[in-house]
Amino acid sequence: MSGTFVGMPAFPRAAREAVGNTTLRGNLRHATHTIRDKRARAVAELDDWAALREAGKQIKDHTLRHLDRYLVQVEEAVTAAGGTVHWAADADEANDIVARLVEETGESEVVKVKSMATQEIGLNEALQARGIHAYETDLAELIVQLGKDRPSHILVPAIHRNRGEIRDIFRSEMGEWGRPAPENLTDTPAELAEAARLHLREKFLRAKVGISGANFVVAETGTLVVVESEGNGRMCLTLPETLISVVGIEKIVPRWQDLEVFLQTLPRSSTAERMNPYTSMWTGTTDEDGPRTFHLVLLDNGRTDTLADEVGRQALRCIRCSACLNVCPVYERAGGHAYGSVYPGPIGAILSPQLRGTGSEIDASLPYASSLCGACYEVCPVAIDIPEVLVHLRERVVQGGPAVRGGNRVVLRPAKGHAAERAAMRAAQWAFTRPGALRTGQRLASRTRRLHPRTLPGPGRAWSGTRDLPAVPAEPFRDWWQRTHGGKGGAK
Amino acid sequence: MSSRERILGRVRRALADVPADARPYEEAVAREYLREHGQRSVGETVDLLAENLADYRAIVHRTDEEELPLLIMRLLAQRGPQYVLVPPSLPPEWMSAADPTRVHDRAVSTPHELDRVESVVTGCAVAVAETGTIVLDGSPDQGRRRITLIPDHHICVVRVPDQVVSSVPEALERLDPARPLTWISGPSATSDIELDRVEGVHGPRTLEVVLLSGS
Ligand code: SF4
Repeated sequence: MSGTFVGMPAFPRAAREAVGNTTLRGNLRHATHTIRDKRARAVAELDDWAALREAGKQIKDHTLRHLDRYLVQVEEAVTAAGGTVHWAADADEANDIVARLVEETGESEVVKVKSMATQEIGLNEALQARGIHAYETDLAELIVQLGKDRPSHILVPAIHRNRGEIRDIFRSEMGEWGRPAPENLTDTPAELAEAARLHLREKFLRAKVGISGANFVVAETGTLVVVESEGNGRMCLTLPETLISVVGIEKIVPRWQDLEVFLQTLPRSSTAERMNPYTSMWTGTTDEDGPRTFHLVLLDNGRTDTLADEVGRQALRCIRCSACLNVCPVYERAGGHAYGSVYPGPIGAILSPQLRGTGSEIDASLPYASSLCGACYEVCPVAIDIPEVLVHLRERVVQGGPAVRGGNRVVLRPAKGHAAERAAMRAAQWAFTRPGALRTGQRLASRTRRLHPRTLPGPGRAWSGTRDLPAVPAEPFRDWWQRTHGGKGGAK
Repeated sequence: MSSRERILGRVRRALADVPADARPYEEAVAREYLREHGQRSVGETVDLLAENLADYRAIVHRTDEEELPLLIMRLLAQRGPQYVLVPPSLPPEWMSAADPTRVHDRAVSTPHELDRVESVVTGCAVAVAETGTIVLDGSPDQGRRRITLIPDHHICVVRVPDQVVSSVPEALERLDPARPLTWISGPSATSDIELDRVEGVHGPRTLEVVLLSGS
């Protein structure tokens, strides 16, 4: 993954800083609770939710099982529709391809619609290094970019900023990037949105190159789908002459009909709406409508390594709805930045250590950034068993063992005695010793079936407490931790 | 080795442990979910569309063929634009009473030129009742994608009940993936500032949907 987060402190330290920041905590709490409740209502409207969720899981599993075939089919379909397909094994290669494609147009500016994949590979920084300015156009991304900040939520990346801070950022920074904010800008959301509209419009109207990701790629037709709210996506996808879409290889669905599942589950899970304001679908290029040149960059960057892991591969089903963030008691307290990657919250805790490996302190500590309460699994629209993967990854960190890195089979050494282990241990303590973080998640007892001794992290010693867990299946994890570690060494 | 070969090779090796799965796609995916939610008469489906459109802050009007030109005239007059964009084959009678100068989007028009036009009138491909969504597919009565994006005011005419379906699955069935599609559910919106919903960021800030019944 990108170097953006290199040097991140491990989860517990970053989380502790976040908890000390009361603005951040207040914003996060308000935001996650609001979306969470709305989501529950939107989901309750569909009495076939369980069947939709199951179908979503099956579609993704089937695609992953035959991913080689579907990748080739995507390539054929997109090419037949007038697009050009590129393959990028890692972040550097993807950045290089995109930079080269932009350079070939002779342009030095691009407009971007929010995309996790391009954040993951650190595309903006890579383009900057080659003299190309990338303008983020999603309101929240704009706030983050102008504030020289990092996103903290998949869906609402500036969730950690309140309106007063946003006004200050707009006032002081917009002029540096283009049209300045109006003189008398107040902090009402409508005025702030208007300032962003004016600031960005001049960029959209003159943009020659757009860069996007995609929520879905349909193999049989070569269709890409972008789901959004603000219309900046439509601007980036239709006004420029050249469009470059960087898409993780796990975004494929086999058939057109499959969209009927995800277009029902994604909006309700993410923004808690029956349908998001705008969804764009395009297949290659269309004569005299939209970009004349279309490039699709298929990105691996650790995804095939993740696919090689029997338990962990289910993380590739993720459709990035962010529902798991909004119900996570640990995320609510720690905030998105503590996860040290573009993927925060429960999904980040299982995705980052797989995409990047568990070599660094932050990645080794992420599988411990959870109380295993299981709320994330319950809301996940593709039924990813996040607690199961977390436990599996803990085992990987502690015991080491076979894994695939960069396409090669390797044997990971146990983290015992290493900085990584200490970081992991502190993360576990952080998560387990603060009742406030856990009060909402007490469904663990039902989830301990996952903690069969076979999969437990590590032999005795430092982890003996954890190993005892299955013996007390009826006892919530927090109670167990309190009982066995009561009062010891926990950050308050 | 090309990256294409490298990635495909990695995928195949990654799946080497998985038992062969010869099940075709049709068997691998059980579609036990509903084709539509609830049972409604045709009229009730149109009512639901109107309700859900309004719920997402679109302004809904109902009319028939005879009254349509006057309604469009009135809706435009309320905003008072000088120019109105129209797609190549919008039924001419729709605009027969409208005052503003009609502008056609030509391939050579620049986005800056279109930015001077305040309103646009189009038809649609299909409308989805359960979600309050209209879908445009670039047909000649809808035009290029950009014409419904740059102006601040979009009037979209939906023929009811012909163009109305109940659900997302039914809508996808009617649409052609080879065409560029835009699904619109209410005016653009953001909740990025403290989760306060603000209507209208980059797309048209006013969306008026006219439900047109045959006379
Ligand atoms: S893991 Fe599930 S709930 Fe979390 S973002 Fe991905 S799809 Fe959504």
